[in-house]
Amino acid sequence: MTEAVDPERATSAEQIELSVREAAAAMTPPASVPKDVGRWAAKVDRLDVQQRDGVRGTNVAGRRLTGPVQGFGKMWQKTYRLTVPADITPQQAIATWKAHFPEFWPAGNRFAGALTGISPGDVALLDLAIGGGVKLSTGVFVLYADEESFTLMTPQGHMFAGWITFSAERDAGATAVQAQVLMRANDPLYELGMTFGGHRKEDVFWAQTLTALGARLGAGPDAEVSTRTVCVDSRRQWHHAGNVWHNSMIRSVFQTVAAPLRALRRARRTS
Amino acid sequence: MDGPVVTMQVRHVADAVAVVDIKGEVTAGCEPVLMSAYEEASGPGTSRLVLNFAGLEYMNSGGIGMLVTLLVRANRQRQQLAAFGLSEHYREIFELTRLDEAITIYEDEASALSVAGA
Repeated sequence: MTEAVDPERATSAEQIELSVREAAAAMTPPASVPKDVGRWAAKVDRLDVQQRDGVRGTNVAGRRLTGPVQGFGKMWQKTYRLTVPADITPQQAIATWKAHFPEFWPAGNRFAGALTGISPGDVALLDLAIGGGVKLSTGVFVLYADEESFTLMTPQGHMFAGWITFSAERDAGATAVQAQVLMRANDPLYELGMTFGGHRKEDVFWAQTLTALGARLGAGPDAEVSTRTVCVDSRRQWHHAGNVWHNSMIRSVFQTVAAPLRALRRARRTS
Repeated sequence: MDGPVVTMQVRHVADAVAVVDIKGEVTAGCEPVLMSAYEEASGPGTSRLVLNFAGLEYMNSGGIGMLVTLLVRANRQRQQLAAFGLSEHYREIFELTRLDEAITIYEDEASALSVAGA
């Protein structure tokens, strides 16, 4: 037995089926897109850098990112926390922090980020005062950013391999702002430096940063930054000792020493 | 305070292998849930933990930090950490943070377990 199909009717049925499918698709939410899409930086293998005014901008271009897995020294989690007035919401605190991030840094240190503030995928260039007139030139990568937090990740050669998360949250009727570092010193030289004064220097750095942020957000002069330090892993990763090749401190010293020579050479060439 | 928005079910698929099925949001706030699942999964003979991320709905940088902490604990016990079920988005995050260099990623549970010999 053969079935006669009226072409017009068949087309019509297909159309109806299509319309039903389209209507169903319109009612169904789009295939589950995680809500963190757009908050994470896109994947990069090596950092691309745009020169910025006021910083040397060396030791960043072409470097890979380093997390705690790639570092050398003991792994630390350090948390610096400050309470600010309750009328500041966590979102307002983070918006202020993102928009004025370099202004809260202690004097003598430079953070040259994108003009747009802090957005996932941005690379900021840093000049950090390390004493003796030498500036350590390195950078950071904006790994993650949302309305209540943002995270910076370090490149090869930075003092530490890891990330720093800046966040704000409601806490006992007030708002708490926090910087949390999860890190290993990047190589044996940095590990030595961190052990003999580096950790203390870092504690002071972030306490001063949070105090400056707190002052902007209306915290009183007696507001105190609390510090909590946890050694997550006391073992050193000797297989990463070779990270010292990228050490930005050593390279920065050479770059500082060589700067007058380079200037002299340039002057000779132009004369 | 809000309750956890993540569940972690532990399956012992072989003497030395346990799978943790993660469903929901992985943030720093779910550390107690993850560590409790780790305790349950990590018996005296466990040499391999496999994390199933097929039910992962959201992860922030705090969540990645927590996975690093888990990795340290597992390494201390000489246990390997593996993962499967990651969407393309989360696989890229593992690569971006270079967590994939320490946590081996597999396409599916069968391949993760076949390596383990389960």
